[in-house]
Amino acid sequence: MTAPAADFTQDDRTLRFTGEWTLSRLGNVPARLEKLDGAPDTVDMSGVERIDTVGAWLVHRLRRDHDVRIEGASEKADDLIQKVGQVDRPFQIKPDELPSFQRSLARIGKSTITAGHTVVGLLAFFGETLIAVWQMILNPKRFRGNAVIRQFEVVGVDALAIVGLMSFLIGIVIAQQGAIQLRQFGAEVYTINLVGRLTFRELGVLMTAIMVAGRSGSAFAAQIGSMRLAEEVDAMRTLGLSPMESLVLPRVTAAILMMPVLAFYAAMMALIGGGLFSWFALNLPPVTFVARIREVVPMTDVYQGLIKAPVFGLIISMAGCFQGMQVEGSAESVGLRTTSAVVQSIFLVIVLDAFFAVFFASIGWI
Amino acid sequence: MSVAVKAAPDAQADGDDIVIRVHDLTNRFGAQVVHEHLDLDVRRGEILGVVGGSGTGKSVLMRSIIGLQQPASGEIDVFGESMGDRTDAQAKEVRRRWGVLFQNGALFSTLTVAENVQVPIREYYPALDQVLLDEIASYKIVATGLPAESSSKFPSELSGGMRKRAGLARALAIDPELLFLDEPTAGLDPIGAEAFDALIKALRDLLGLTVFLITHDLDTLHAICDRVAVLADKRVVAVGTIEELLALDHPWIQEYFNGPRGRAAAQSKERGMIADEERRAQLMAVNREAMSGEIGATEQNEDGGKAE
Repeated sequence: MTAPAADFTQDDRTLRFTGEWTLSRLGNVPARLEKLDGAPDTVDMSGVERIDTVGAWLVHRLRRDHDVRIEGASEKADDLIQKVGQVDRPFQIKPDELPSFQRSLARIGKSTITAGHTVVGLLAFFGETLIAVWQMILNPKRFRGNAVIRQFEVVGVDALAIVGLMSFLIGIVIAQQGAIQLRQFGAEVYTINLVGRLTFRELGVLMTAIMVAGRSGSAFAAQIGSMRLAEEVDAMRTLGLSPMESLVLPRVTAAILMMPVLAFYAAMMALIGGGLFSWFALNLPPVTFVARIREVVPMTDVYQGLIKAPVFGLIISMAGCFQGMQVEGSAESVGLRTTSAVVQSIFLVIVLDAFFAVFFASIGWI
Repeated sequence: MSVAVKAAPDAQADGDDIVIRVHDLTNRFGAQVVHEHLDLDVRRGEILGVVGGSGTGKSVLMRSIIGLQQPASGEIDVFGESMGDRTDAQAKEVRRRWGVLFQNGALFSTLTVAENVQVPIREYYPALDQVLLDEIASYKIVATGLPAESSSKFPSELSGGMRKRAGLARALAIDPELLFLDEPTAGLDPIGAEAFDALIKALRDLLGLTVFLITHDLDTLHAICDRVAVLADKRVVAVGTIEELLALDHPWIQEYFNGPRGRAAAQSKERGMIADEERRAQLMAVNREAMSGEIGATEQNEDGGKAE
């Protein structure tokens, strides 16, 4: 590429183009063409050695804006300029945007509508699930035992390590923080009350729910979502399989049954963590710890955890499966729906937990 | 892709009519060998069709040439320069001379069509002013047969065929000399596919592009390819015009071109020869207008098909 770069000279009203008028060799020519001394009426292209569509476009632009005559262009160059001229249309690079105030209003409106649709959709989905359950009861042979057991493994067994470790650490943290505060009153021994009651009533089940939402709720949404993208769900329908029965029910069942087990296990792990901390840091031997737990933690606390857990399991699995079923169009939608599944289920779990707290307090399970 | 207006003054030297030279290429994934001792030359200014059964590594070959896939061994020269062991700057120099159309367009989903087309121009020519940049994007988009309004649309708002055209506009953005097309007509309806073929041929004739075209489409092979390379048995078993290939005794080639579909495509080509020029003009009109739904502005497209 030793041909000279694109250049031009202005000779009164004639522009003489020379060199290689290609995108890579244009340099500052486009900028210089913008500020010519006076309007040209002729372009002499006899000095042009190569030209590509961008060079042709520049010539076309001169002709369009100044109505110049083109001289000395080769046949091919002329053809190229013609062709480029034919595809000159008014254009717009970005879509129209509303002014920012209206845009934020529109956004608020849109998200309100979306939220409304989600609530209605979730309720409808719950109804569909109930119908599927009813049909299953009428026709128990259709129950997919293997699928449920497979989901037991995914939701329950595979989560043991992470839920256990997390709860163990939470137990230690509660005991340690509690001990620091209670020490000021010389009431370190009440650390045991704190750990025992908090883990059984609230933290065991809540932390488990959050972990299950992150692990399994998201997995449900992503699995079902990608099956929808691959038209597997549609294929199931045409083959007479009900996606509710074969995809949703096993997952919901597994989550409902596994959550209490996991929550109880989480509470026990937290107790162990708190107990070990009390033993080593506060010199409360395990015997004292266990005896005191039995004394201060009423059975109703354990019941509370065990009652809440399956409800949370239901919510998490419903949100996951519902969002998975909403996937449409592109892979991006799988990601968005998976995120909403997790956000929604954690949000709903915490809202319901607040209701449960008020409810249990008012029936005297304090 | 530029038109040599005069006879190239700097006699571009020896063997420069070979744009891509693949020599003794071997590709493997784990134990599975995709290519073994594969040789292929692509000449300047030709449209080379690459065919082969599913899984014969057509896309892998393309990815090896454009440097997305590190070959196990072998040499690949593009524009006479070796693609192995080159610095980033050298690789960039070569990349600005080619354009690639991926199978599904591979448009960036967060950018509008026009912004997509501007990405390579901005990357390689950051000094260009915004107005010219916008104009370039706009005429490239219209030239690939998309309506002007689609410039401001996002890829998700386009149909599959329109996404391919937008992808082609992006591949052509920096006026490349060499164009890689991965199954450009797959998934298009026959009219759209034929219009796309006509467009590629017109661009080649107008701009002197070299086109490396992977396809399954027998009609495309008959309509626009100068030569066809057949991938089988882990290498290129034959390269030549379809007539030359038909004279060979390779079972896959025979079955491919002489199967019912192959014969139908050949016949339709013969029939098409007669009204070819007229048909091309029509197809270019399809390219320009059918997708836009504007019927008003057809008169300026009358010479649209006479691209040679």
